[in-house]
Amino acid sequence: MSPLSTTAAAPLTTGFFADYRPPAEVFDEMQAAGGAVRPHWQELARRLERLGAEGLRERRENVRGLLREHGVTYNVFAEGRSAERRWELGTLPLIIAAEEWARLVPGLIQRTRLLNLVLADIYGPQRLLREGVLPPALLQANPGFLRPCHGMQVPRGIFLSLHAIDLTRAPDGRWWVLTDRTQAPSGLGYALENRSIVSRVLPEEFRACRVERTAAFFAERRAGLQAMAPWTETPNIVLLTPGPLSETYFEHAYLARQFGLPLVEGGDLTVRDRSVFLKTLDGLQRVDVIVRRVDDTYCDPLELRGDSFLGVPGLVEAARAGRVAISNALGSGAVESPAILAFLPKLARHLLDEELQIPNVATWWCGQEAARESTLRGLGTRVVKRSFVGHAEPAFGAGLSAEAREKLAARIRANPENYVGQERVALSTVPLWTGERLEPRPLILRCYVCATVDGFAVMPGGLTRVSATPDSPVVSSQHGGASMDTWVLSAGPVESVPMVETSAATASFERGHAAVPSRVVENLFWLGRYAERLEDTTRLLRTALGRLAGEGGPGDERELAALARWLVVTETLPERFGKKFTPGELAAALRDLVFAREEPGSVRAQLARVGFLIASVRDRLSGDTWRILNQMQLEFPTTIRRATPGSIVAALHRLIIQLAAFSGMEMENMTRGPAWRFLAVGRRLERAINVATNVRAVLATDPARIDALPPLLEYTDSTMTYRRRHFAQPELPATLDLLLADVSNPRSLAFQCRAISRHCDELPAANGTRPDFAPFLQVVARLTVANIPALGEAARSGEPARLEALLGEIIDGCSALSELLGATYFSHVIPRLS
Amino acid sequence: MLYDVTHRTTYTYESDVSISHHVAHLRPRALRWQELQSFALEIMPEPNTLAERTDFHETPTTFFTIEKPHAELVVTARSRVRVAAPVLPRQSPAWETVRAACAGDVLSEATATGEFRFDSRHIVRSAAFADYAAASFPAGQPLLDGLRDLTSRIFRDFKFDKRATTVATPLLDFFQNRRGVCQDFAHFGIACLRSLGLPARYVSGYLETIPPPGKKRLIGADASHAWLAAWCPGYGWIDADPTNNLLPGDRHITVAWGRDFSDVSPLRGVVVGGGEHELEVSVDVAPLAE
Repeated sequence: MSPLSTTAAAPLTTGFFADYRPPAEVFDEMQAAGGAVRPHWQELARRLERLGAEGLRERRENVRGLLREHGVTYNVFAEGRSAERRWELGTLPLIIAAEEWARLVPGLIQRTRLLNLVLADIYGPQRLLREGVLPPALLQANPGFLRPCHGMQVPRGIFLSLHAIDLTRAPDGRWWVLTDRTQAPSGLGYALENRSIVSRVLPEEFRACRVERTAAFFAERRAGLQAMAPWTETPNIVLLTPGPLSETYFEHAYLARQFGLPLVEGGDLTVRDRSVFLKTLDGLQRVDVIVRRVDDTYCDPLELRGDSFLGVPGLVEAARAGRVAISNALGSGAVESPAILAFLPKLARHLLDEELQIPNVATWWCGQEAARESTLRGLGTRVVKRSFVGHAEPAFGAGLSAEAREKLAARIRANPENYVGQERVALSTVPLWTGERLEPRPLILRCYVCATVDGFAVMPGGLTRVSATPDSPVVSSQHGGASMDTWVLSAGPVESVPMVETSAATASFERGHAAVPSRVVENLFWLGRYAERLEDTTRLLRTALGRLAGEGGPGDERELAALARWLVVTETLPERFGKKFTPGELAAALRDLVFAREEPGSVRAQLARVGFLIASVRDRLSGDTWRILNQMQLEFPTTIRRATPGSIVAALHRLIIQLAAFSGMEMENMTRGPAWRFLAVGRRLERAINVATNVRAVLATDPARIDALPPLLEYTDSTMTYRRRHFAQPELPATLDLLLADVSNPRSLAFQCRAISRHCDELPAANGTRPDFAPFLQVVARLTVANIPALGEAARSGEPARLEALLGEIIDGCSALSELLGATYFSHVIPRLS
Repeated sequence: MLYDVTHRTTYTYESDVSISHHVAHLRPRALRWQELQSFALEIMPEPNTLAERTDFHETPTTFFTIEKPHAELVVTARSRVRVAAPVLPRQSPAWETVRAACAGDVLSEATATGEFRFDSRHIVRSAAFADYAAASFPAGQPLLDGLRDLTSRIFRDFKFDKRATTVATPLLDFFQNRRGVCQDFAHFGIACLRSLGLPARYVSGYLETIPPPGKKRLIGADASHAWLAAWCPGYGWIDADPTNNLLPGDRHITVAWGRDFSDVSPLRGVVVGGGEHELEVSVDVAPLAE
């Protein structure tokens, strides 16, 4: 790669460009020596000058708003950990000139071809070891070399169908390779999301710069995946994730949606007769291709690591039998070791008869004596990395004390094969808009190469990451750095291709409901239940807090006392609130029920549970639905010290509206497949249980049963209906009729029971048989024939037992139905080692 | 010696297992001094899938799957094996010579032993192990003498105790508490050799059940047994049994070897369902009159 020409550049002296001063000793992507803007940045620079600082600030806010709204996260749902982090995205892109990119592309493809050949040899004949091209100890000491995978035939010989290459640019303008990611490369989804946001925030700039589109690459990737299973014309492809706790779960769900692939966890797959199947509501469906985001050693507890169940027992044997293709092939992590870099130039000559087009950063593997001695001598200037520990911190020799350096040297001498010395590279810089000014930040560019139907393709662009501060040597998402969109300029006109083409060969998984994994259905069922429970709690607490805030009216105090007694019966409030209490005491108790994290029934805790479930079914929810749910999580207040009943009520109002928007989405936007049906039946069951429980509690507490009625009607959102019908103070029989028997009231018990019965009729058979709904239907029939106003009259005159018994039967019937659904549809037990 | 070995593993589950996958290393290897005359593997219930292969260390490996509900799994391996006592080399090179022979940048018989020179799942080299081993390997010590000495020292310094450790006990704990079973003795011996830079591998197998008249009964009988082997250039691998303080002769029957226990566990499985389980292993090694 030759350095860029800087001739046609004119220095920019106006506006914020005047203050942009990259360090002189490194290469700056935008600014040439002497302060001139490089030619391929000039179009953007001119437009930025016009936009000005104010305009850029606004764009930056837009970027942040979109990120928040899309819920782009890095490890955000790691429960109980504070490590959750929003994805950071710079407003401005990194720009790469067309001719420079054209020179990089063949070098990137060469590298993927080369590593594929290396993998094919080390997992096959191992000629490289016999011929002395690769030292045997490099594999022998490498835990990433998976012995059970040796001798395996990989479909079409492609180990790496997706390869990520981290590049950096040295001060002389040449690009160098820092690392390869070969087992389950991350970042493609983030790169796509970055593009979608930045191109939206800078639309004119994006068009004017003639940026290469990435859609064709994704279409090639898709076609390449389909071609990986030569035994079928219509392969079923799934994306295997470790689950919502994984740090890059956002992009797993995002990519699954973009590619239209079912997002599955290890427990969703099973191996039968050495083939892989997906467990769905309709039974087992053969899986032909697995795009995995699970690391090599976690993929099969039987033959690889036995202490993890993220994978699929028997997967190695299925791959060995050639009945499933995996992207990337199991064992591909063996060449992720930085130690390999030391041998790549030689390997390129040996295997390809070519020179390495993009050089590696100079690397010494200490497993060889000369390299070890050289590394120990040069310890003061080199970077020391672990050979076989993927994400270990590198040690920068220059930053170490003499004592620390001596300790490091001793560790290297003890187990030299575990260490690699690397030349320290001065990373190139790129301007990052901080909101105040342009700041030069060191960058690493991650490029992606994928296998196509008949070769390899490079994504035009990639994932640019910059360090958290101008002088940090470490660039990584785990260290709080930011990312940038990457614009590769086009030499000609830009083609516009739809993001993912839906070809005729698209897997049957996308049609109808065939491929809903049972786990997803289970999570949707519980999402329905928990979202409804959250709404129920929120409504109840709002009803109480509203009266504390003086919003109710003259009856507030008596109604509060009645409400408190009923909440004691449901065990929502402690015993003492059944007697005398001050408003302050009640306010404190209610505040805890809203905010206390450790209180499992609190609004906050329930919100977290709903958030976790949403994350686990994220690929099943529409973008709008996700935005609503995400907003709900983000906007709920976290500071609670000074919260007054009034301010809490305001937060609860907002939450109720967001929950209503969610159920609206569910009603209007979800296809009426089994996924929707389980979500809906979960919601209805929960509401039925809650209405029955609370009405029964009211019957059990209030002797006069008058004071509790206004809060009861308010909590069930039925106050207006009651007033319209009766123009009077609430009476027990009429209230019960409205809340229990009225099939036109969507909050009534009868309405829920009817809806549940209808859902039961529509539920699919599981393994050929339909569960027995008769017991539940009998309970519903008893409610239908009951004379609720008469039972209400009896209750009013002190004989509530029959009504209480009926409510009890319904609550039990609903719980039994919930268990029946679980046993019938969700009973996939987690495998374990024996 | 000619032996009939019956190795039966029985899993009894609390409730039905709906599907299970297993990998077995039960077929004894053929060696210079060991001939496998017959072998039969019986699996009840009948597996739906069964595949035989040899693994990376050329150990015979059986993969099988049972796809119907079952509350009991019985795997019985019957082997008829003839074993001769290996003839040990008269002399062996200094251990430093062995260490140097194993290092090299071209794959050969010598450098192939590197497979057993580095860390493995259960065995991580450490300075503490190297220090312990150093007493048996002074400068210039012939490998075989060092191996004999190390084997006796481990036998003397450690106590056989079935209750002291589990499969998950870290080796350093065994080193500190000085109690464990044959697997720990073997892992520790291997760790000592590897920490000196010498290749050492884990050997699983059996030991003759009936003690010869007048001789003490050997520990490790009636169960599968484990020991280790060290590499000697020009000869090959030399077995050593620190649990019994001897270099195996014709009463040790070799089944498999690997870097450590995890490479060769006789029967490994992942089951779905089943609840709690009970495991019963019985090994019978019967010498045959010839």
